[in-house]
Amino acid sequence: MNIIACVKRVPTTDIQPKVAADGTSLDPAGVKYMLSFYDDIAVEQGVQLKEAHGGEVTVLTLGPADSAKELRECLAKGADKAVILKDDAWTSRDAFATAQALSSAIGGMDAQIVLCGRVATDRDNAAVGPMVATLLGWSCVTDVIELKFDGTKGTAKRESEAGIETLEFTAPAVITCQKGLAEPRYAGLKGIMAAKKKPVDEVDVSPAAPQATVKQLELPPARPAGRIVGEGAAAVDALVDALRNEAKVL
Amino acid sequence: MSTIIVHVEHTGGTARRASLEALGAARSVSDSVVAVIAGEGCEAAGATLGKHGASKVVALPAAGKSPDGLAKDVAKVVGDEGGKAFLCAATAQGRDLAPRVAALLGSTLFSDCTGLTAAGDSYTIQRPWLAGKLTATLESSAPVLCATLRRNTFGVVEDGGDAQVITADATTDFTTFIKEISAKSGAALDVSEAPVVISGGRGLGEPENFKILEDLAAAFGNAAVGASRAVVDAGWRPHGEQVGQTGKTVSPQLYIAVGISGAIQHVAGMKTSKVIVAINKDADAPIFKLADYGLVGDAFEIVPALT
Ligand SMILES: Cc1cc2nc3c(=O)[nH]c(=O)nc-3n(C[C@H](O)[C@H](O)[C@H](O)COP(=O)(O)OP(=O)(O)OC[C@H]3O[C@@H](n4cnc5c(N)ncnc54)[C@H](O)[C@@H]3O)c2cc1C
Ligand SMILES: Nc1ncnc2c1ncn2[C@@H]1O[C@H](COP(=O)(O)O)[C@@H](O)[C@H]1O
Repeated sequence: MNIIACVKRVPTTDIQPKVAADGTSLDPAGVKYMLSFYDDIAVEQGVQLKEAHGGEVTVLTLGPADSAKELRECLAKGADKAVILKDDAWTSRDAFATAQALSSAIGGMDAQIVLCGRVATDRDNAAVGPMVATLLGWSCVTDVIELKFDGTKGTAKRESEAGIETLEFTAPAVITCQKGLAEPRYAGLKGIMAAKKKPVDEVDVSPAAPQATVKQLELPPARPAGRIVGEGAAAVDALVDALRNEAKVL
Repeated sequence: MSTIIVHVEHTGGTARRASLEALGAARSVSDSVVAVIAGEGCEAAGATLGKHGASKVVALPAAGKSPDGLAKDVAKVVGDEGGKAFLCAATAQGRDLAPRVAALLGSTLFSDCTGLTAAGDSYTIQRPWLAGKLTATLESSAPVLCATLRRNTFGVVEDGGDAQVITADATTDFTTFIKEISAKSGAALDVSEAPVVISGGRGLGEPENFKILEDLAAAFGNAAVGASRAVVDAGWRPHGEQVGQTGKTVSPQLYIAVGISGAIQHVAGMKTSKVIVAINKDADAPIFKLADYGLVGDAFEIVPALT
């Protein structure tokens, strides 16, 4: 089974971002990067499919050459090879241009399944996976919490407002991974050493110009300062009074 | 005036409130709003949409069994109606549908938008970045503006007019289909929809103790129980209840955090709540910096007294 996991480097989730002097971009000073949280799940799911059915897991990213660091982590956790679609303007790439670049690369890789994160924890688009599938005309199930796939057809569960949905699909397919689908493993020393020998290829690409222009980037207004109503059960009446008469939410 | 297409969700013939908010947002920038509604019972729900701002309704009673099929049907309506924008609610279904429709229309997607304005055919959007730590104002140059809208953010129109309902066919060309939908176990209200959310964290000590939050939620009647990642990872609560950057983003009228420290990743998922109450025994817990009202003390004394 040829398996692709699409992964992206994103700022760490504990970032306290600052806006750059241009007022439209993130100040890169002090920003640290990590593999997007859900992409770790995508890689794990890919490795588990490989372990069950055989085959190969390729991790694919559109991003800077520096992404090799995050890709090596994926290789250490069991992926077999990595491809960087090198894009120095990756931070200004929108979901559609990203999906176009990824889907044209994926189209030539003879894959049966592509695993993406549910959402990348930078712009929170939750769009690239289903866009890749749509551009390729492939099946797609989003936010998947349970997956069965044999290489030609599969069943996936997802949670929506309606309940737990069970979907059937045919290969090739794009699956976006929700928390709970697979528990990412830690890279052991053996994995880390093995990863050093696995190939990380760079491919030059020139994705389409973005369809979105940032006019302004700002910190959201701070919430008005709150107050401590009191201590212990004795303060409950004061809280109820404040919720009813001041905040008017009761 | 450019036409805007809005996908409306419904449950058993009643339109979802989040979708009515999307209709309201569309109406605030255009007088020509076409609602698309799919699935069994959609004609009945569709007939009510004029009141909420639709000027025309396209009902697709045979659609909705397949996510890729629905996307094709909706994209076709956008094309047929000459839509310059496509909007839907940022629900689980909306967030599944919108990127597919956008890709079919050769457009990018603006997800979870909190602001939308138009000058002619040119749209300006506001949306959170980095889980709401930043707000971005963006101008779209997409062929069709495609956006999902954050819930509890846009107003619902109640005094619209009548809308003509037409029925259209659904495609049978799809590769994914919904075989079954089973009701969720546990609470009926989803944290992302409930007007009141009561979340518990590690401070509750053990899973059984969430009973005090469930009792409080029952006392409210319209409340859902949420959780921090610490307790979800510990297996105390299901993933669907996790609030935060890697869980659900909620924006209820009232958010009560019980035994939750207020880590930055948790706060990212709830800081746009209208009113925040924190109950924590540590007076220095970061959650108190954010809370409108704080109660310092033991959750096991305070929560039952509140119930
Ligand atoms: C990549 C990444 C993503 C993450 N995503 C999320 C996310 O989506 N959501 C999320 O919540 N977290 C997330 N986290 C985890 C986050 O950093 C915190 O670890 C987590 O939120 C802590 O949960 P907690 O507040 O329940 O536990 P703790 O931080 O341990 O806090 C427990 C609190 O309970 C109080 N307490 C103890 N006993 C009592 C009592 N009897 N009565 C009252 N109060 C009491 C304590 O004073 C303390 O403040 C993420 C972390 C990472 C690295
Ligand atoms: N630049 C990228 N390179 C590789 N995969 C990506 C990239 N951007 C997004 N993805 C994939 O699409 C998922 C959703 O991203 P997004 O739509 O940006 O929230 C991510 O979790 C990745 O799996």
